[in-house]
Amino acid sequence: MAKTHVTMKVNGAEVEGLVEPRTLLVHFIRENLMLTGTHIGCETTHCGACTVDIDGMSVKSCTMFAVQAQGSDITTIEGVANADGSLSALQEGFRMMHGLQCGFCTPGMIVRAQRLLTENPSPTEAEIRMGISGNLCRCTGYQNIVKAIQYAAAKINGVEFQEAAE
Amino acid sequence: MIPGPFSYHRPATVADAIKLLSDLGDDARPLAGGHSLVPMMKLRLATPEHLIDLHGIDGLKGIRRDGATIVIGAMTTQHDLLASSDIAGSLPILHETALLIADPQVRYRGTLGGNVANGDPGNDMPALMLTLGASYRLEGASGVRVIAASEFYQGAYFTALEPGEILTSILIPVPAAGHGYAYEKLKRKVGDYATAAAAVMLTKANGKVASCTIGLTNLSETPLSAAAAAKLVIGTSLDDATLKKAAAAASAIMSPAADARGPVEYRKHVGGIMVMRALQRAFAKAA
Repeated sequence: MAKTHVTMKVNGAEVEGLVEPRTLLVHFIRENLMLTGTHIGCETTHCGACTVDIDGMSVKSCTMFAVQAQGSDITTIEGVANADGSLSALQEGFRMMHGLQCGFCTPGMIVRAQRLLTENPSPTEAEIRMGISGNLCRCTGYQNIVKAIQYAAAKINGVEFQEAAE
Repeated sequence: MIPGPFSYHRPATVADAIKLLSDLGDDARPLAGGHSLVPMMKLRLATPEHLIDLHGIDGLKGIRRDGATIVIGAMTTQHDLLASSDIAGSLPILHETALLIADPQVRYRGTLGGNVANGDPGNDMPALMLTLGASYRLEGASGVRVIAASEFYQGAYFTALEPGEILTSILIPVPAAGHGYAYEKLKRKVGDYATAAAAVMLTKANGKVASCTIGLTNLSETPLSAAAAAKLVIGTSLDDATLKKAAAAASAIMSPAADARGPVEYRKHVGGIMVMRALQRAFAKAA
C-alpha cells in the first residue's frame, strides 16, 4: 500500500512522516516520532491510555488514523510540562496527591485532565469524575486522581488546596 | 490491533464524496467519527478497501434553524451538541442523550450522523429521533431524498440508505415550548451501550398528558416507537396504574437479545422500568 506524507505539529514542533493509511495515530506517535509516553492499553477505545490533545479535543489516538491528523496541532504527555521544564500544575498534583501507582494510565489521565481544566477551570468533584470517565485506572480507585486534579485546579486558580475530609 | 489495508480519500464536497462512493462501489465506506467503524476494522470485522473520510467537508457540520425545524449537519459531534446553547434551550432531550453516550473522548469525535446512520441497535440517537419525529436527508448520485427516521431502520445494521448514498443532515421539528422530556438509560458502566433505554417527549394540558411519544433503545434489532404505550397515557395524570399499563404495553413490543447485559426477561423488565421513569420525569418537567 502506497505511503502518504503527513505533517503536523506535535508539542509545538513541526513533524512529518510517511505512513500507510491504516497506521493508527498512536503508532505514528510512538514508533515514528518515538514519543512513547502515550500508552497503548486496551486498543478498543475504552481505556483512554492513548489520549492525546488534538486541536482542542481529547482524542483516543488508537481510534484515529495518522492521515486524519494531517495539519493538526497535537499535545502529548511529553508536551505538558512548563516551558522551563518544571512540572505543570497537573503533574505536580499527581505527584503530591499520589495520583498514580503503576503509572500506566497517567499520561492519558493528565492530557485529558488538562483539556478538562482548560474547558472548566473550577470543576466540581462530580464534573472531574465525569470528565475523566473515558480513562480507566486499575490501581488507585480514582480517589487520588480526583484529588490531584483538584490540587491542580486550585493551583491554577491561585487558591490554597483544601483536601476534603474523608 | 492493526486494520487491514485501505486507500484513504478525503473529499472536500458532498458531491465529490458521492462520486467516490458511486465509482468505488461496495468496497468503499464513508468514515464519520470512526468510533464504530475503526474498532470494527481493527478487529477485521470490517475490511473496506476504500475509506472516504467526511471530515474534509465543511458543509456537513453545524446546527441551524430552518423555520420550525432544527437542521443538524451529519458530522456535528456529540461534543458540538453538548456545547450548543440552542440545543440546550430548545431541544434539551438531545443534550441529555448526548451526555449519556460513551465518554468525553468519544464524544469529541463521535457524530450525530454516524450514530443514526450506522443502524446499530445499541446506539442511543435512533430511538430519540423516532421520538422527536425527525427526518434524515440522504444524498446520492440520483439526487436528494428526505426520509422519516421511522422509515429508516430495517434491521440490525440494515437501513434505508442505498449504496452510494450519504446521510448529510438530520431534521428535527422544534418541540412545543413547555414540553416535558426524559431519556432514561440503564447501562452497566460509562461507555456501555444501553441494557435498556427509553425516550419520552410529552406535553401537558390541564394537568393531564396532552400528547406523548416514546422511543426504545437496544430492545430490538431496530429502535422502537412504543405507540400503544404512548396512546395509553394521553388524557391521564400518570397514576400508578396507568404507568404500569404503559410499561406493559411497551414491554409487549420489546424483543431484546440475550447477551452480557442480561437475559431477555431481565432486559424487558428493566425496559418497562425505563419507560415508567422517563414518563414520570418528563411529566414532572412539562409546564
